[in-house]
Amino acid sequence: MTKLAPVLSAHWDEKDSFTIEAYTRHGGYKASQKALAMDPDAVIQLVKNSGLRGRGGAGFPTGMKWGFIPQGDNKDHYLVVNADESEPGTCKDTPLLMANPHVLIEGCIIACHAIRAKHAFIYIRGEVTHVVRRVNQAIEDAYRAGHLGNGIDLVLHVGAGAYICGEETALLDSLEGFRGQPRLRPPFPAIAGLYARPTVVNNVESISAVPAIVANGAEWYQSMGTEKSKGTTLYSLSGHVNNPGQFEAPLGITLREILELSGGIRNGHTLKFWTPGGSSTPIFTQEHLDTPLDYEGVAAAGSMLGTKALQIFDETTCVVRAVLRWTEFYKHESCGKCTPCREGTWWLVQILRDLEAGKGTEADLAKLLDLCDNIMGRSFCALGDGATSPITSSIKYFRDEYIAHITHGGCPFDPVASTLFVGAGA
Amino acid sequence: MTTSEITDLITVVIDGFEVSVPKGTLVIRAAEQLGIQIPRFCDHPLLDPVGACRQCLVDIEINGRAFPKPQASCTIPVEPGMIVKTQLTSVVADKAQKGVMELLLINHPLDCPVCDKGGECPLQNQAMSTGRSETRFEGVKRTFEKPVNISSQVLLDRERCVLCARCTRFSDQIASDPFITLNERGALQQVGIYEKAPFKSYFSGNAVQICPVGALTGASYRFRARPFDLVSTPSACEHCASGCDMRTDVRRGKTLRRLAGDDASVNEEWNCDKGRWAFKYVTAVDRLTHPLIRDASGELVQASWPEALAAAAKGLQENTSAVLVGGRATHEDAYGYSKFARIALGTNDIDFRSRISSNEEREFLAAHVVGSSTTYRDIDRADHVLLVGFEPEEESPIVFLRLNKQFRKRALKVSAIASKLSIGVEKLKGDFIKVAPGQEASAIAKQALTSLSVILVGERASESAGALSAVAALADSTGAKIAWIPRRAGERGALEAGAIGNLLPGGRPVQDPAARVDIAALWGVSSLPSDNGRSSDEIYAGISTGAIGALLVGGVDPLDGVNSADALAALDKAFVVSLEIAPSEVTLRADVVLPVAAITEKSGSFLNWEGRARSFDAAVSDSLNRSDLRILSMIADAMGASLNLSTVTSAAKEISTLGKWDGARVSMQAVPASQSSNLNSDQFILNSWRRLLDLGTLQKGEENLAGTARQTVAVISPSRAQALGITDGNLLKISTTQGSVTLPALVEDIHDDAIWAPRNSLGSQLLVNLGAGHGAVVTVVKL
Repeated sequence: MTKLAPVLSAHWDEKDSFTIEAYTRHGGYKASQKALAMDPDAVIQLVKNSGLRGRGGAGFPTGMKWGFIPQGDNKDHYLVVNADESEPGTCKDTPLLMANPHVLIEGCIIACHAIRAKHAFIYIRGEVTHVVRRVNQAIEDAYRAGHLGNGIDLVLHVGAGAYICGEETALLDSLEGFRGQPRLRPPFPAIAGLYARPTVVNNVESISAVPAIVANGAEWYQSMGTEKSKGTTLYSLSGHVNNPGQFEAPLGITLREILELSGGIRNGHTLKFWTPGGSSTPIFTQEHLDTPLDYEGVAAAGSMLGTKALQIFDETTCVVRAVLRWTEFYKHESCGKCTPCREGTWWLVQILRDLEAGKGTEADLAKLLDLCDNIMGRSFCALGDGATSPITSSIKYFRDEYIAHITHGGCPFDPVASTLFVGAGA
Repeated sequence: MTTSEITDLITVVIDGFEVSVPKGTLVIRAAEQLGIQIPRFCDHPLLDPVGACRQCLVDIEINGRAFPKPQASCTIPVEPGMIVKTQLTSVVADKAQKGVMELLLINHPLDCPVCDKGGECPLQNQAMSTGRSETRFEGVKRTFEKPVNISSQVLLDRERCVLCARCTRFSDQIASDPFITLNERGALQQVGIYEKAPFKSYFSGNAVQICPVGALTGASYRFRARPFDLVSTPSACEHCASGCDMRTDVRRGKTLRRLAGDDASVNEEWNCDKGRWAFKYVTAVDRLTHPLIRDASGELVQASWPEALAAAAKGLQENTSAVLVGGRATHEDAYGYSKFARIALGTNDIDFRSRISSNEEREFLAAHVVGSSTTYRDIDRADHVLLVGFEPEEESPIVFLRLNKQFRKRALKVSAIASKLSIGVEKLKGDFIKVAPGQEASAIAKQALTSLSVILVGERASESAGALSAVAALADSTGAKIAWIPRRAGERGALEAGAIGNLLPGGRPVQDPAARVDIAALWGVSSLPSDNGRSSDEIYAGISTGAIGALLVGGVDPLDGVNSADALAALDKAFVVSLEIAPSEVTLRADVVLPVAAITEKSGSFLNWEGRARSFDAAVSDSLNRSDLRILSMIADAMGASLNLSTVTSAAKEISTLGKWDGARVSMQAVPASQSSNLNSDQFILNSWRRLLDLGTLQKGEENLAGTARQTVAVISPSRAQALGITDGNLLKISTTQGSVTLPALVEDIHDDAIWAPRNSLGSQLLVNLGAGHGAVVTVVKL
């Protein structure tokens, strides 16, 4: 059985894990010294060799992304770290930055060196003020210690709280001071990103994985994970489980293994459905408990690894209710730029509300699926696609439950039963 | 694009048909070449692609590799090996388009029967081609308060908006006017303006025109007509020398709206708000409809045409006569005035420059402008554009748009020799070469240009002695091209028609015997007057000395010069025949008034600043009003000197036989610059120009348009403001010996010696109020 393999989270249990002292105590900032002494191209090659893939959801090889930056073009290059973690269920970057912000800072230094950038930006969502304070303190400490400010500058930019700004080009617009809406590609950020300059946009976890790769070598990193999904990653377990939290393990672990390691579904209940990577990844059910949680395994089973946000729902949960709540989120967060997402989410919510209230018909289910077909793959960015995933996948697995709402004239579930406070004397 | 510039052709297959298009062509545009219409909303050929509406989705494969999902054909350029399947051949693309159309309609109100756009609406049309006949949407539509004002002339109905961002992209990419943008998000996204600063654009009407739904409507046209009740006529704009192609829409003899026409080499698909929305003067209640004759008691009374023509002929025949024709005459009408002066009156005393002018300018026009052919294309290719006495955004807005296009596309270098940094030059990030009013010449001489450079000279350059001489010298020494851009639509045509004292038609110098022989032969007369005629100012002066006794005046505002009192006195004294559309300072003083057709009532052409003919037909077919040319012919006939120009067509035909003058041009005597003045601490040198939207006669009655005019201010420099203790908003009294105006101060980037105020705006009619033009010394007192 696969075991947990804490690398990023190795020292999170120490009280002062977030301080520069604790980080250096465990060998922090040695990797950046090593990397700065290397040829930038060698650093890129090392990251390529390690097999590290983007942890923000798409899984694009990180080293290859760095390699796209044109060299010797006499232009400023930028590194932008996407810390706009906003997907329902996704909660890995926030704890990572609370527990060990310096690993990200060191990763930024290495990445800047590799792509020949002098400036890095961390774009963080505005709601997490505690994280903002912690990262700002860490940046200050890193400047004081001389890790930053000697050719590489790092700026923390606080967003205003829009899901769309997690989309990398919308993030760049927002960072430039504009309203966050996705940009037309091409040009891709590697050619014309921030301020129309070659830019790498990476997820917090991707950049944070780099110092360990530089310190321990590509082969070490390669030794973990599966054939095409190398290394370890943070699996964020939440919902109806006994011990929610971050579980760092090699890619390819299964939910069954994670549940066994973590203490399982909440007592007396059984797994009904779950998301492998946040609300925009098609849901899974019991039958997927043994699906390897790596990029290929999840894709083969019809979903996406996404951000590895494992939201667990037990049999007390009404799937229609859950899907409606997610859809309301997408309606609220649609940026409005393109028709399918803007108008489609507006409509989806209305149909789902009727269905949940027992006012729908079976024809509405067909309409809902057809509507999803008209949104999926038709919208400007992936937000529209993501909005349809929970709907189509839930109808696929739980069509009977939708029908039950129609025949029952409303929701057959007791919403209180799914709460965590049920039976707590409430 | 000329064929020689098309180097890379790419061949793609669309719906089974091959088409070869230049590299960089978008798929949607390549399909158009084949006549395949892919539905679209946000796409516009002159705006950057945005890919927002998703209506134009098609299936694409490149060298056998298919895109996994349909692609927006408005954002993807063609590539070798590309195979495109549109809605015509791909079930997936067809369903995708139908799906998007359905989504666009769920929140769209079903108010087509009361919507201005109904009948010419891309959404309506494409809902027919791509939509379903019955809705599946049973939910609640998004509602907004409607309509809201974007400006005094543009209204926004947010419920109808499909959020294609054409209007906001136009304002950003074409006009560079801020304060209109999309805001909010999701289904609540909407077009909005900045609450703290008004959206004021000289080009906002284009946003209304390119709106693919009825979301943006013009306040003046709203609810006035249905498109299918309008009769459309291609026309040309009479407001300035840019030369916009236009379309005039008329219902039952009344112009209801005007739209920008499509001419890629001139105005592309744009025009300015004045050209679009200032046309009510044509239908003003005070239009002259009958000839008038001054009777024995001194009153103007209605007369029959034969009576009036006879009276005009008699008065002109019995006196030494001269001709003043305004800058708004068509090329054909101006030609008529020119020929009338020479044949019927036997004089070269004719001048189209009914404004401040100089003899330096007259020589400059004859030596460097008449017959020249600098064009918009030269701006497109220029390495550097120098502005002299010219504010493109205010005085020739399409020239501004073209400069802005080149600035945005390739950072075209623009320099402005001026006293005040204008909003337009700021938008162009122009190099502001600051001079005191009247000291332009020395700055011009210092410019380093090349043979690829273009000098855009405005008519105001004539107000600074030596400036035009310096321009001529600079062009001679560097090979730079000169383009003279007057404000009025008819001036270039009048120049080419010889409606000026030193030139006969076709740029032939009056004093050149061979030139006179040319024209005399064409006109069938034995000889033509051989001395240079008088200029406008000299003609007025000639009346006061008694050298001239009668005046034929067509479309002239005598208040449009610095010596308006002299002009009025001269009009009072002389026998005046006035050809006009409405009562004016001239008709008040005229002995015979002959009503003429307004622009929409006649055919003809203007020559724009390029010298390019912009011809048009009568938009109103049943007008009883006659063109100036026709009336001139009748007067000439009554005088026994036939013009042989009974119709506009015959005049155009005669003009076309003129041919180019290949003899020597008039040579220009360089004029020295005037000395700079020593100023007291309360003295300034006046600098001014007319704003696009002001009290111009042709903007009469357009209240909505006037609402977006720029604020009337007096601009002084920070250091002078500090010295005089003046801050923004302080009232300043600006005076000359003739009068004063009081204006709120604005402290901005202007030469320390200068004070700027608009020439003809509300509260600031400097020529009348101060009797002062450019370069006059004025006294300023803070109130």
